[in-house]
Formats: sequence, C-alpha cells, structure tokens
Amino acid sequence: MKVFTCLKETPSRDTRYELAPDSSWIGNAEVTHEISECDEYALEEALKLKEKHQGEVVLLTAGRAEAEKSMRKGLAMGADRGVLILDRARDLSSPHRVAAALEKVLQDQDYDLILTGTQSDDYGYAQTGPMLAHLLGLPHATIVMQIQVQTDRGSVRALREMESGWFEWVEIPLPAVLTIQAGISQIRYATLRGIMQARRKEIRKIELGDLELDLSSMPHLEIERLYFPEQTSKAEMIAGTPDEIASTLVDRLRREAKVL
Amino acid sequence: MTGEIYVLLDQSNGRVDTLSRETLALAQQLGHSHGLGVKALLLCGPSRSSVENVAGLQVDEVLAVSHERLEQYDPDAHCRALTQVLAQDRPLAFLMGHSYQNIDLAPKLAASLKCGLVTDCIDCRIDGGGMIFVRQMFRNRINADVRVRSPHPWIATFQSGAGAGNDLLEGEATVVERTVDLSGLAHRRTVVETVGAVKEKVDLTKAATIVAAGRGIKRKENLRLLEELAEVLGAELGASRAAVDSEWLERDRQIGSSGQSVAPRLYIACGISGAIQHVVGMRNSANIVAINTDPDAPIFNLANYGIVGDLTEIVPALTRKLREEKGL
Repeated sequence: MKVFTCLKETPSRDTRYELAPDSSWIGNAEVTHEISECDEYALEEALKLKEKHQGEVVLLTAGRAEAEKSMRKGLAMGADRGVLILDRARDLSSPHRVAAALEKVLQDQDYDLILTGTQSDDYGYAQTGPMLAHLLGLPHATIVMQIQVQTDRGSVRALREMESGWFEWVEIPLPAVLTIQAGISQIRYATLRGIMQARRKEIRKIELGDLELDLSSMPHLEIERLYFPEQTSKAEMIAGTPDEIASTLVDRLRREAKVL
Repeated sequence: MTGEIYVLLDQSNGRVDTLSRETLALAQQLGHSHGLGVKALLLCGPSRSSVENVAGLQVDEVLAVSHERLEQYDPDAHCRALTQVLAQDRPLAFLMGHSYQNIDLAPKLAASLKCGLVTDCIDCRIDGGGMIFVRQMFRNRINADVRVRSPHPWIATFQSGAGAGNDLLEGEATVVERTVDLSGLAHRRTVVETVGAVKEKVDLTKAATIVAAGRGIKRKENLRLLEELAEVLGAELGASRAAVDSEWLERDRQIGSSGQSVAPRLYIACGISGAIQHVVGMRNSANIVAINTDPDAPIFNLANYGIVGDLTEIVPALTRKLREEKGL
C-alpha cells in the first residue's frame, strides 16, 4: 500500500488575526504555523493504513520553505519521506493551481491512494482533493470518516458524512483520492525515537518554477478584500463579577425573554 | 453585465430541497436587480415526476436533463452531464447549494470546465466589473470578497441562509428537455450502504431549553458544570462538533449541519465560537445566551445576551443563582 498524503501548513488554530493595511491579506507580523487540522487527520489515516497493509507513506506539500518544519513533524509521526514543492511567492493561492502543481509531481509516481484533508484552515475552499482526482483521472470521495481498503477487490470503501447525521459507504476502485474529515480519530504523538529518525528522512525539494506550469492561464480566485464579520449583534452584553452577571442574566431571562 | 445565472436544483423526497430554493431565491433577486436571466437546471432519472415538481418556479426556463445514470448521485455522471450543458450554454454563473453532495461534485466540475469555483458562500453581489462572492476564511474568523478570474460560468456553492427561501417567486416555467451523452462512462462509484447516525437516543428537536458545549469548555471535567446548569433548568445538553470530536459528549447530542437542527425557547452556548456549521443548526432558537472568552467570537452576532468571560466561573454562578431562587 503506497499512500501519498497532502499536507498544508496553515496559521495555528489559536491565531488572533490582524489584517494587512490594504486588507488584501492577514497582517500579523509573526504567525506560527502548523499542519492544517484535516490534513493531520489524513496523515493519521495514512499511517493506520500502513500499519495494516504495510507499504509507504509519502508526504506531499506545496508551501514556503518553512513548511519543512511541519513536514518533519509528519515524518516524526511515522511518514517515510516527503516531497516539498517550494512556492516562495505564494503563487499557488487558487485551488486549480495547487491541484495542477500536485498533479505534475504525482504524474510519474506510483501510489494506491492519495489522501488530503477535506478543507484547509486558511482558505478552506475544500477543492484541491477532488480537482486533483479529476486531473489525474482518478475517482474520489470527499468528507471521509472511515476507510476500508478491499485488497482482494482492488478497491476502497469510504464512509462519507452526509446531511443531518446520515452517512454513506461508497466503494471506488484504486488508485483513488479521498478527502478526510477532521475529528475522526485520535492523532498519534511523535515519539522521541520518531523525532530522531525524522531528521534523517528524505524531503525532496522541487522549485515551483521547475514544474513549468502555465499558472496564469488557470482559473484564479482573487481575494479583493478581507474584513472581520460585521458586528451585527443585537446582543445585550452583560458584564460584572460572575455573581452579578448571573443575577442580571436571570433577571433578563425572566422579565424580557420570559423563559424562566 | 449581461447574461444568465443558472441554478442547480437538488431534490429530496420528491421536492426541491430547501437549500436549492434559497439559492434560487438569491439568483432571482440578482437577476431582477441587474436584468440577468435566471434558469434552473435539474438532473434526474428517467421518471417524469421530478420534472413536474419544478414547473411552478419563476425562472426563464427549467432545463431538465434526464438520464438513467443521473437517477442516483454519481460524481462522474453528474460532472459530465453538467459539463456538457454548461460548456454549450456558457452562462455567466452557475450557483449550487453548499450541500454535502455538491461539495463532492463542484470541484470536479470546476476542474472539468476549467472555471473558477467559490465554495461555501454566504452572499453574492454584482458591482460594475462583475460578481463578488462573499465567504468566510481562516476557520470562519475573517470574511473575504472573492472575484473569479476565469472563463464563464463562474461556479459558486451557497451556504444555508445565503438566500431567503421564503422569498422564492413562483410562476410558470417552460421546461426544456436537454440531452447529454454519457455513453462509455464507467461505473466507478457504488453506494454500498446508507446508514443513519447513532439512532438518536436524544431528540433535541423537542427540547425547550438546551445548554450546549463547544471547544471552549477545554476539558471533559468542565462538562459537569454544564450538567449542573442543565439540571436546574430542566434542559438537555447539546454540543458543537468540536465538543463531540473531543469525545466530551456523544455524537447524538451534536447540533449543526452534520447533527440535529434545534429551535428551543432558550439556548445557552458555552464556549461555542459560532462556526456556520453549528449556527445553521441552532439559529432559530427563540433566545440565545452566549458565554465565550473571545469578544470577537461570531456567536455574539447571533446572541440576545452575551457574556465575555470564563465559563468555569460564569456557569457555576448561574447555577447557584437559579438554585437559590428555587430554594434548593
């Protein structure tokens, strides 16, 4: 079983965002990055598949040179090696472009499965996985909660999340692309031994320019403006000590809302 | 700007579903204010009944594509059918509901048509130069105005609530049958089984009061504080997805797009930031109290009463006060 897992590094989930003066992007001077949440779950699934079916887990990242740090964490968790597409000027800011870059690298690789997160913690477009599948001519399934590889049938069964608490099991032939939902399992920690080994594992670096993609001809999503959601609040904000707050709230719920 | 807006109609139980109705209402509004045509697009199996359900909408035309491969959702068949119709007509924009099915389909369609796609939109407007799609980014903390630079159609999926389904205009639509060529298309995806979530032990839809826990409760021990408050209020416990994923509460207490939709008289959100996936399941609550440490949390936009503070202090104080009044 050879699994490629696409990892994206995104701002940490506890980041308190500031905006750039021209509102075109976030403006925080220092942002710590980590593996995007869904992608970390995708990696966990890949590592579980390797434990069950043997084989290899390869990390595939498109990002800044600094993304190597997040990749080393993935290697410490148990991935075997990595490929980093160096996007130094943030040219891969639209899903078509990311998918095209990943496709170019995967074209001459062997694999049974490609896993991505369902959506990223920054743009959150939720497009890269199915687009990549289409470009590679592969079947896909999105928002996956469980994976069962049917080695004898050369296929994979995936449990997809659907509306209102419903799920469906779908079966598609291998190789295939699955996008993994967050929160579906317990993510392992890197062991000290894993961390030591990760230092020696290979990360192949590819300059985006060397992929010779005609990025400007691809569809682009231009972010015209970022802004914080308008405070449309009609909320009465209640302040004070915890006991004062409790008294005021109980009073409002009784007299105004009439729910007590 | 001239042209037409196409809207995909999804059906459930033989009716156009709520999300499609909302999306179509949004398209009608854009169409009317800017002189753009609006057409509805329906993919269905060979039976005529689906087509009859959509004839009463106010649109220029309903384009009905029926084929045996379109009876059940299959990304390959749906993508090819839509690609053929949209590549021929090249409408200005193609709008879909942001449903679990369309999340699966839309990016493949965008790759197939080589057109830009903006997912999970909460609004859309037209200005001089084109269309602006509004969506949230960075885990729903920041809004973005997005412009598509690609050939037409610009594709977008819309979150529940982006359009007002009640404003949907009825009329007499001409139904135009369109044919597609799906020959030689392999069957790659098989639906093996459809399963309900854990049979709901708890029916939160009937609860008058709900105390709900989110990521902000931090650890399982803090759940006890919420249980005590729920007890004195005679309330049910609910949870955001994050709280369920952290295994603090069972999945059958999850509220939101992948859980139950509730509308109690009182909803107390504890440590819930207010991500849209949760909000769609509780925004119809009559009274909402939000307790959160982050003053910028979007839940405060929805709340009637907001408290910025540590729920491990606020919730016990509230429980004490209520107990006191009841003479407990």
